[in-house]
Amino acid sequence: MSEINTEVKVGTEIPALELPPITRTTLALFAGASGDHNPIHIDIDFAKQAGMDDVFAHGMLSMAYLGRMLTRWQPQSKLRKFSNRFAAITNLQDAITCSGKVVELLEQEGETLARCEIQAVKATGEITLVGEALVAVNA
Amino acid sequence: MLDRSFIGHTFEPHTVEVEKGKLRFFAKAIGETDPIYFEESAARDAGYRNIPAPPSYPFSIDLEAPEFLPFLQLLDMDIGRILHGDQTFEYFGQICAGDTITCQASIKDMFDKKGGALEFVVMEVTFTNQDGELVVRSTQSIVYRN
Repeated sequence: MSEINTEVKVGTEIPALELPPITRTTLALFAGASGDHNPIHIDIDFAKQAGMDDVFAHGMLSMAYLGRMLTRWQPQSKLRKFSNRFAAITNLQDAITCSGKVVELLEQEGETLARCEIQAVKATGEITLVGEALVAVNA
Repeated sequence: MLDRSFIGHTFEPHTVEVEKGKLRFFAKAIGETDPIYFEESAARDAGYRNIPAPPSYPFSIDLEAPEFLPFLQLLDMDIGRILHGDQTFEYFGQICAGDTITCQASIKDMFDKKGGALEFVVMEVTFTNQDGELVVRSTQSIVYRN
């Protein structure tokens, strides 16, 4: 079990997770591994017919990256809620950085929960995912 | 316009065995490096019954339904025009390799924005394990580009 010795408080920043640029291979692997076989993410001919310039990343790939950021900060067994809105499409070659911070500590069902604002951002600064996580802390 | 009489529609439930090989493949595909997502011994040492399903993995469990995205046919939607609008997971327990999970999806709401240019379908999926425990609830909205 990961030992968290530092107290989590309002303003605590979740260590950022920087990802390598998204490639077609990334998307092919994620399509297979996640079971999301929507051709718009892996078949350029289909994507063009649908009016897109090229294939683009699964939103759930970036959500999985946010999940990685959360579980390397606190054990997954502490995660109570994880949500995000998909604010912009992630394109090929975009390098995503996940970050977040604690904005509130609240008591719920006998636990102290850290409410964290989380986001995924392109190198250009454009936010692709924005959301929230509730994590049990300081037990 | 999508047929809103399907608000409240409940899909056929389906049951999935959570396989450790699939969990490892998923972990690899997202660049995960923590050994608890690959090795049973590391997972057990960390207090899990077996390799845990990562936080967003329930979405993939639901995708193992016999029909891919069953709402597409139900609502007569074109797969090339759907986008994922938002996604929420609430956790009441942990899904691990070896679990048998029953997914039950339903349509909670449908509405439109921008004068009908975008339609939204809100769905909920509950994930119940082999012991009958509700372990995860997922809520998602699908955006349809008209």
